[in-house]
Amino acid sequence: MSGATTGRLTQAGRPAVITTRDPRWVQCTLIAITLLFLLVFLVLPIAVVWYEALKGGAAPFVDAITERDARHAILLTVLVAAISVPLNALFGLMAAWAITKFRFPGKQLLITLIDLPFSVSPVIAGMIFVLLFGAQGFLGSWLRDHDIQIIFALPGIVLATMFVTLPFVARELIPLMQAQGRDEEEAAVLLGARGWQVFRAVTLPNIRWGLIYGLILCNARAMGEFGAVSVVSGHIRGETNTMPLHVEVLYGEYRFQAAFAVSALLLMMAVATLVGKSIVEWRAGREQAASLEGSHG
Amino acid sequence: MRLESTSALRPNYDIKRRGRRVLPGFGLSMGYTLTYISLLVLIPLAALVLVSARLSAHEFWQILTDARTLAAFRLSIGGATLAAVINTVFGLITAWVLVRYEFPGRKLIDGLVDLPFALPTAVAGIALSAVYANNGWVGQYLAPLGIQAVYSRTGVVLAMILVSLPFVVRTVQPVLEDLEPELEEAAASLGAGRLTIVRHVILPALLPAICTGFALSFAKSVGEYGSIIFVSSNMPGRTEIVPMLIMGKLEEYNYHAAAAIGVGMLVISFVMLLILNLLQAWTRRSAAL
Repeated sequence: MSGATTGRLTQAGRPAVITTRDPRWVQCTLIAITLLFLLVFLVLPIAVVWYEALKGGAAPFVDAITERDARHAILLTVLVAAISVPLNALFGLMAAWAITKFRFPGKQLLITLIDLPFSVSPVIAGMIFVLLFGAQGFLGSWLRDHDIQIIFALPGIVLATMFVTLPFVARELIPLMQAQGRDEEEAAVLLGARGWQVFRAVTLPNIRWGLIYGLILCNARAMGEFGAVSVVSGHIRGETNTMPLHVEVLYGEYRFQAAFAVSALLLMMAVATLVGKSIVEWRAGREQAASLEGSHG
Repeated sequence: MRLESTSALRPNYDIKRRGRRVLPGFGLSMGYTLTYISLLVLIPLAALVLVSARLSAHEFWQILTDARTLAAFRLSIGGATLAAVINTVFGLITAWVLVRYEFPGRKLIDGLVDLPFALPTAVAGIALSAVYANNGWVGQYLAPLGIQAVYSRTGVVLAMILVSLPFVVRTVQPVLEDLEPELEEAAASLGAGRLTIVRHVILPALLPAICTGFALSFAKSVGEYGSIIFVSSNMPGRTEIVPMLIMGKLEEYNYHAAAAIGVGMLVISFVMLLILNLLQAWTRRSAAL
C-alpha cells in the first residue's frame, strides 16, 4: 500500500516521468480509435434497437410487449431464471466451500470441470439433453411410458439454462474465498460456533458482494440464453418460447418492430445488469477501503 | 533444508492437518458439488460421446471429413481466429486508453465494455443485422463499396467480434493497472525511447494476459450461435458455422451425425480449456517474478 503511494508521489514530483507519457497526438489517436471501435460495435447496435422499437410510436411498442405470446415469453423467461439461478447459486456456494476450505487431490481438475460449460458451444449444451431425454434419446422411451416430457417443455429449458449458467456464481466465489482463507472460520469453530452458524455469521458477510455479483451475471445469462434453449425448446409459441426465442420468431415473420420491441426489453435487462454490477463493485470497493483504513488506524 | 528436519515446524504441520477437520461440511459440500456437476455436465456430455460411439470409425470419419462439415469448421475456426485477432488489437488499445489516459466519459466507456457479457446474443444479432444491412445505418455506406456486411462471412465475423469484445480488455486491464511505473521510468532514464519501452518493457509484461484474452475470445466465438443466425445467410459450404450445421442435423433427426460433429466441437473446447489452464500457470509464474 505505502509503496504504491510513494511511487505516485515521486511520479508527480519528478519531471523525468514526463518521458514515460505518450505524446498528445498519440493519446488523441488511441482514444479516437477506441471510441470509433466501441461506437461501431456497441453504441450503434444499442441505438438501432431503440430506434427500430420506437419508430412507429409508443403504441405499437406497448402492443408488441403486451400481446399474449410476448407476455407468455416474458413470464417463461422469468420463471426459468427464477429456478435456475438459485440452484446454481447454491451449487456455487457448495463448490466454493469445498474447494477453498479443504485440501483434496484433483482440486484443479474440479475447478476446470466447473469452467467447462463456458467453453462448450451453447448448441452442444442443448443437444446433450436432447440426446438424453429426447424421443430417440437414451431415456426417451422410459420417459414416454411414464408420460414425462422434458424436451420441448419447461424442464428441458431449465436444464439447458442451468448448464450454461453453472459456472457464474462458483467462479466469482472461488477466488474470493481463496483470498480470504479459512482463519476466520476456524476461529469461529474453536469458539464453539456450529456449521451453519459459521457460514451465516462469518463466511456470508465476507462474500456477500461477490455472491450478489455472481447472481447478477448468472441471471443476465439465464434470461438471455439463446442457443442452448433454442435446441431444447421446440419453439412452440405461447408455450416454450422464451424472450430471446420470441425475438427470433417475430424476426422470421418479418414483424420487425415487434422483434425490436422485445429486444429493447432484453436490452433494458442488460443495462440494468451493468448498472447493478457497477453498484456492487462500488459498494464492495468502498467496504474494502473502509476495512483497510480500520485495520491500519 | 535443515529447517525442515527440525521439530520447529511440526506444530505448524499439526495445525494444518487438524485444520482440515476443524471446519465442518466437507462431506456435504463435496458430495453436493460432485453430484450436481455429474448430473448436469458429465453424464450429459458422456451421452454425446456414447451416441457418436455407436458409429463405426469409418462412418465417424466420413461425417467429420464431409465437404460441408469441413467448410463449417473452416468458417467457425477461421472466423473465430479473425475475430480474436481484431479484438486483441482493439482490446489492447481500449485497455491502454482506459488505464493510462484521462478524458471525459472514461468511466462510462469502462462500464460499456462489459455490455456484451450481459446482452442476450439474439439482441446482438438483430441489432447488427439492422446496422449493417444494405439499407442500414452503416451498411448503406458499405454496400456501394462492394462490401456485403451481413448475410455473408463478414457478418459472421462481425457478430463474433461483438460477443467476445470484452475478454481482451478485461484480462489486460488489471495487469496494466498493476504494472510498476518504476520499470518504465528506469527504462526511460536509461535512454530508451517510447516505442522501445512499449515493445521491450510493457508488451512482454502483458503477454500472458493478452494470450489469455485471445484464447477466451476465440473460445466464445467458435461456439457462438445466437447472434450469428441473424447476420448469416446460413448457406451450406459458404456461410454455415458448425453450431448451425449441428442444429440442421438435429432438425433432420440425424442424431448420430449431430453427435459426431458435436464431439469435434467438444475436442476444440477441451483443447481451449487446456491452453487456458497453461496460460493461467504462465500468468502466475510471470506475476511471481
